[in-house]
Amino acid sequence: MKIGFYPGCSLTGSSREYNESVVAIAKVLDIELTEINDWNCCGATAAHSMNEELSMSLPARIMAMAEKQGLTEVVVPCAACYNRLKVTQHDLKDETKRKRVSEILQLPYDGSIEIINVLQMLEKYGAENIKAKVTQPFAHKVACYYGCLLVRPHSILQFDRVEDPQSMDELIKVVGGTTIDWAFKTECCGGGFSVSRTDLVAKLSGNILEDAADRGAEALIVACPMCQSNLDMRRGAINKVIERPSDIPVIYITQAIGLALGIDAKELGLKRHFVTVEL
Amino acid sequence: MSKIGVFICHCGENISATVDVERVAREIGGMEGVAHAIDYKYMCSDPGQTFIKEAVKKYDLDGVVVGACSPRMHEPTFRRACAEAGLNPYLCEMANLREHCSWVHEKGEETTEKAIDLVKMLVEKVKKNNPLESIKVPVTKRALVIGGGIAGIQASLDIANTGHKVILIERDPSIGGHMSQLSETFPTLDCSQCILTPRMVEVAQHPNIKLYTYAELESLEGFIGNFTAKIRLKAKSVNYSTCTGCGACIQKCPVKKIPSEFNAGLGTRTAIYVPFPQAVPNKPVIDRVNCNYYKRGACKICEKTCQVGSIEWDKEDEIISEEVGAVVLATGFDVKGTDFFPEYGYGKYKDVLTGLQFERLASASGPTFGEIRRPSDGAIPKKIVFIACAGSRDPAKGIPYCSKICCMYTAKHAMLYQHKVHDGESTVFYMDIRAGGKNYEEFVRRAIEEDTVNYVRGRVARVYEKNGKLIVKGVDTLLGGEQVEIEADMVVLATAGVANCGSEQLAQKLHVSYDPYHFFAEAHPKLKPVETNTAGIFLAGACQAPKDIPETVGMASGAAVKVAALFSNNELVREPIIAVVNRLAPPLYSTCVGCFMCETACPYNAIEHEEIKARDGSLIRTIARVNSGLCQGCGTCVAFCRSKSIDIQGYTNEQVYAEVMSLLND
Repeated sequence: MKIGFYPGCSLTGSSREYNESVVAIAKVLDIELTEINDWNCCGATAAHSMNEELSMSLPARIMAMAEKQGLTEVVVPCAACYNRLKVTQHDLKDETKRKRVSEILQLPYDGSIEIINVLQMLEKYGAENIKAKVTQPFAHKVACYYGCLLVRPHSILQFDRVEDPQSMDELIKVVGGTTIDWAFKTECCGGGFSVSRTDLVAKLSGNILEDAADRGAEALIVACPMCQSNLDMRRGAINKVIERPSDIPVIYITQAIGLALGIDAKELGLKRHFVTVEL
Repeated sequence: MSKIGVFICHCGENISATVDVERVAREIGGMEGVAHAIDYKYMCSDPGQTFIKEAVKKYDLDGVVVGACSPRMHEPTFRRACAEAGLNPYLCEMANLREHCSWVHEKGEETTEKAIDLVKMLVEKVKKNNPLESIKVPVTKRALVIGGGIAGIQASLDIANTGHKVILIERDPSIGGHMSQLSETFPTLDCSQCILTPRMVEVAQHPNIKLYTYAELESLEGFIGNFTAKIRLKAKSVNYSTCTGCGACIQKCPVKKIPSEFNAGLGTRTAIYVPFPQAVPNKPVIDRVNCNYYKRGACKICEKTCQVGSIEWDKEDEIISEEVGAVVLATGFDVKGTDFFPEYGYGKYKDVLTGLQFERLASASGPTFGEIRRPSDGAIPKKIVFIACAGSRDPAKGIPYCSKICCMYTAKHAMLYQHKVHDGESTVFYMDIRAGGKNYEEFVRRAIEEDTVNYVRGRVARVYEKNGKLIVKGVDTLLGGEQVEIEADMVVLATAGVANCGSEQLAQKLHVSYDPYHFFAEAHPKLKPVETNTAGIFLAGACQAPKDIPETVGMASGAAVKVAALFSNNELVREPIIAVVNRLAPPLYSTCVGCFMCETACPYNAIEHEEIKARDGSLIRTIARVNSGLCQGCGTCVAFCRSKSIDIQGYTNEQVYAEVMSLLND
């Protein structure tokens, strides 16, 4: 199976391990990823709060490039990128906006590309495959944390249950894990305030971590680089504000599945986390 | 040549402010076939009508066109005036110069020209009008009321008290409906059962009411005044003529853990059961889905217990047929369950309840005998949160409308809670307080001021369970959007009122229309609120839209009056605007070829097969015939007819063609 791949900047920077694990499991599951040529930033998080035309043009260029390359389906692992691309696709159904954006880009854009996130890719092309290829069941009790960008706004993304998503939970069950039932699955981690308001991030991410830990989760499973970095990199700040400091690791769904498929921890980038991963 | 009279109304200033009415009258007066054209300030008034009557006589008019408001408003008025002057009323037509012209356009040349065109079309049409006679059909003076809640009870009693027979059918084993489940009622806090149960008994004992419980409508055929209802009497498995209602079978039944529908799932019942102690009739039925004998073929303990041998294991559903002249639909509503709300726990938290479940907790006949206790552990909740508009007014959830009763019952719930748990703390999250109704606003103020219920204006984003508490996260929009977090012991959702299950299928059986939410549609939102679009079928209560008890009772009485008015005639007079299949002299007989495409198209089952026979009785042809009682004049058959053999009287193809041509001939 051959699909397009848009890593986005996080996957080449702060969350290289996400990139590594996506690539590693794709290889095992026989999914051939074709990176979009000359891709650019999706505009998150600054563009869409500053300039509407820029916020649409950046993702539109990515999709236009993919179209040029003959791709029909593109997997976007970063939740923020996924959200920006999907929202742009929705906005550009408007004829006037689409014309304006094509004019800015000097590129044709027809909006035909199917944008999917990693969970959708695994559901669509991996589910059966994964089950057959599990070598070391991921026998852990974990908290699946989806964050806000993966499921909202539901009217546009149409992905999973908006308040209590299940797709990641299902994948974890496929590889032999159990998931906790909790209420913070889609709560905000503090998102882009990581640098400017670390105190807020500590508080919001703290709420999430505390509830997961209280309910006995051994790890948090995520599918968003921003969530991962807030919950992992800001652990020092978080542990200062929560009642019971916690050292449970925060790993990507692709890393969890990778472990179950018997891929080496190093290849999955599990050594790159701030909070040590011992699973 | 035709002699048409044209009468242009100013409608005060409604028309004349934007349309040059004098010019309309002048120009139409010059049309071929128009004998007389005038304008007047109020054509519908007595002097206005007199102008028409006098003109009919003076000019010997053979057609009248009134350019005024919508025919929905005054067509009967002007047709009556014509009839009084000796002109067949169906030779009078109206051009809608108000809704179709003056109200929707600016003043100007073009507006006046449109008005002229509108009148001109009708002048051309009326030239082709034929005198029609209204249709007379007989009336069966017996009503069918479907649904035995307060709406059906009230409608049945009101109709029965006018001296007419009523057949009341109820799906459940007892009448009473949702009202029998309620604890107290707003805004007086009088006990729901105390005001309802005497009426239930009255229904059962009324000589004019025949009550069928555990029964559903199978089909309804026929037309206004002449319906045939097939009713399915579901097998009760108990012979009601011998059963004394002693209740011994219920006590001995070993299947005791079935969630009680009456207690909204909070209590349990047995497999042989009476829904509640005050049920009417107060005799049990066997729930065959849960009964051991029907499930596994063994048990029969109830049979051994029964002193009078009333258990009937092999009883089957029975279908009976009743002739009725009118139908009142009173099938009520349902409420969304807590499982509808992902953010409030998808129904997995035991102490998150619906308003209806809270009613049962607060009710003296409920599972806790009126004490407010948590379903999870039986503890008395010290902190309780009520969430109004749970689902309602929320297009994202697919329920954009206001359920209307929740603001009031939530205030009542909070009040009842404060009366029962003195050291308790109650909070209501609301969007707006909609307390329109007599003494309603005062009632809500009383909850806030006297009973110290904490009202927070804002939505609740999430409810989740932690350490035995329900964490309620919301926002107080009146305190600058401050976030509120409450550790509650119980959460009550004022869940949206929705159409009752099966309402769509029932509507289809009865050929009545329903709205996008599956509530039955009234014929006119203002002027025909209890009628449906199908003549002879009326609406009462929350099957039309969510409504409270006083409104339901008012509507039920309204429907009853409509039924009584219908029954005050021995014959019914109907507008002759119906389809007819043409008939010609032999050997043609008709242009109808008998393809019966019209039959497939007709939504009212009005197409019959007519056999044309020779004198010796041999069949010549079979053609379509329209049942004038059933036909509603929708015209679908006309569009379907390949040989143009069907026409709507009063709206024939020829007439419509003449209207269109009048515009093209300019």
